[in-house]
Amino acid sequence: MLTIKEYVRASSLEEAYELNQKRNNRIVGGMLWMKMQSGSIGTAIDLCDLGLDTIEETDEEFSIGAMVTLRQLELCESLNEYSCGAVKAAVKDIIGVQFRNLATVGGSIYGRFGFSDVLTVFLAMDTYVELYKGGIVSLEDFSKMKYDSDILVRIIVRKTRAKIIYNAMRIQRTDYPVITAALSKLGDEYRAVIGARPGRAVIIRDENGLLDGGVSSESADAFARFVASKAQTQSNMRGSAEYRTHLVKGLTERNVMEIGG
Amino acid sequence: MEIGIKLNGRMLSDNIDADLLLIDWLRDKGCFSVKRGCETSNCGLCTVLMDGKPVLSCSMLAARASGHEIMTLEGLQEEASEFVGFLADQGTDQCGFCNPGFVMNTIALLRENPDPTDDEILSYLAGNLCRCSGYNGQLRGIRAFLDSRKK
Repeated sequence: MLTIKEYVRASSLEEAYELNQKRNNRIVGGMLWMKMQSGSIGTAIDLCDLGLDTIEETDEEFSIGAMVTLRQLELCESLNEYSCGAVKAAVKDIIGVQFRNLATVGGSIYGRFGFSDVLTVFLAMDTYVELYKGGIVSLEDFSKMKYDSDILVRIIVRKTRAKIIYNAMRIQRTDYPVITAALSKLGDEYRAVIGARPGRAVIIRDENGLLDGGVSSESADAFARFVASKAQTQSNMRGSAEYRTHLVKGLTERNVMEIGG
Repeated sequence: MEIGIKLNGRMLSDNIDADLLLIDWLRDKGCFSVKRGCETSNCGLCTVLMDGKPVLSCSMLAARASGHEIMTLEGLQEEASEFVGFLADQGTDQCGFCNPGFVMNTIALLRENPDPTDDEILSYLAGNLCRCSGYNGQLRGIRAFLDSRKK
């Protein structure tokens, strides 16, 4: 059971940051994962009054506030047009609409959960996070960082020319994924992202140029084998490491064929 | 701590503990249609509308709802009465435990998308679990309601 002694709606990021330096204080995102934990929180710090619940778009980028919900991501036409529908595809099976109206992109990305569809799809794009003290960091670097007491303010997606495909394997719709697999072509770079390994999502680039000659069934097979060899998988209650590796190969091959040249 | 929530059209003030969940506050106010089921934010039994959007009251602090409008099935009887008979006609009210959550989310669906396809219905209601039915009854009931509106 989770107990909370005090609840504060921060009136500024500085106030939230100061409160968050105390060890048993916690930032509240959607609270969905936090709620299932046991323990005692001194002060729950809510960012809901800081205007971080909007998606702003310029010619160069999308700026997504940390308190934007997964449902907002799902319904944002411009973000889904840019991502070829990959963002919607990534979040549509996360429990239900009621859950996605609460879960925040900041909570999902800050948590860097292994099972995260959200982390997987944003890693497939040219994405950065803005930390209150740490500044702007690429999501790839952030995904490898240890947890600290900084505050994730927003997610920035630069509008690099992109084609993006997202697929995941679930035992049952609305369950956690057994594996997540995104593929993007950012400019000329092919980038496979594999999550729910069950570890955190990782980027695997086409460092051997297997797709440089274009997409064919042979090159898709070769790249999928390469990705499957690079993505380290482990076993848990949802599937064995061998099964996951098999899925990585299959989904990546499918993604390559879908994305085409 | 002090909160103020507009519940089913009536403004209520209260003094609560910081970790009180919205579901417990609502049940304390007599809204027994809001039920606790899975405890893992999966089942949709506790669905309420916050500022018109369906949310899980089991996973939200009552403190966060302060300053917002919450509607439960107790406050939406008239809107629900338009279609619940169609659900009952299909035998979807077997044990009945999941029904209020289903009805609340169906209200949200029909407000957002008045003429959904079957796929859109199934997708929107995917976060409402029913252990009696195979969901076909709910789908048939909503479809029958939608078809009746076109006649």
